[in-house]
Amino acid sequence: MKLTSFVQDRQLTIALTGEIDHHSAKEIMDTVSDKIDVYMPLRCILDFRDVRFMDSSGIAVVLHALRRMNMLQGRLLLQNIPAQPYKVLRAAGIEKITEIKEECPK
Amino acid sequence: MKGENYMNLEFPSKSANEAFARAAVACFAAQLDPTLDELGDIKTAVSEAVTNCIVHAYPDELGPVILKARILPDNVLDLVVKDRGRGIENIEQARTPMFTTGGDDRSGMGITIMESFMTEFHLSSTPGKGTTVHMKRKIVRRGGKK
Ligand SMILES: Nc1ncnc2c1ncn2[C@@H]1O[C@H](COP(=O)(O)OP(=O)(O)O)[C@@H](O)[C@H]1O
Ligand SMILES: [Mg+2]
Repeated sequence: MKLTSFVQDRQLTIALTGEIDHHSAKEIMDTVSDKIDVYMPLRCILDFRDVRFMDSSGIAVVLHALRRMNMLQGRLLLQNIPAQPYKVLRAAGIEKITEIKEECPK
Repeated sequence: MKGENYMNLEFPSKSANEAFARAAVACFAAQLDPTLDELGDIKTAVSEAVTNCIVHAYPDELGPVILKARILPDNVLDLVVKDRGRGIENIEQARTPMFTTGGDDRSGMGITIMESFMTEFHLSSTPGKGTTVHMKRKIVRRGGKK
């Protein structure tokens, strides 16, 4: 899985893409963890702009990244979440335990 | 005229079929003229049900996943997802939000999401025999001719 990311001032932004389901989640999870381990950011931003579909496997991806950032005493932010993934994240109350920077305009 | 439409699919419990299953149901459901939101809910529920067969019903082997879709009167999509896998010992527990017997790549939210995204949801299971999810989603009829 190739995920585009960039780092600035110890802020790591990772752009998630495509369809996040059980088939793809493990690899996405591992890639996100690897990037966090390499860059040790103070803030990690997961950008959902190009996520075309997400089921509850994506919740596990976010929780995994959140645990990783908590260990580093950093923060996890989610941004640009389209309506479908947002509804799935909200079903798990993710908006209560992570920061959502910007929602995608509907 | 009104002969109700349906489709039946059977495929092995390979994770690559998750995307196929939800796309197939989305194409079938298109005749009900759903909104993007409605289609998103349906795809999510199908993905959850099929994933559960793949991950939980057949943890160590491949087995058949049966997917049936029907159009019922009043613009209702009727879905059945069935496996002949290990079954569920305690359904109440399985329905609990965040409960999972899977690893840390599972969230335990699949059943909760199916229940809340669909109009009707029914789960039946026999340990050692398999599990069936039966769900319905009413598609709101919007303006325009049909
Ligand atoms: N088809 C199935 N066959 C066997 N067990 C199942 C099936 N579907 C669900 N389960 C059980 O119910 C639990 C909860 O399912 P779910 O809410 O989808 O969460 P998750 O898939 O993340 O574990 C699973 O962990 C599993 O123990
Ligand atoms: Mg599940």
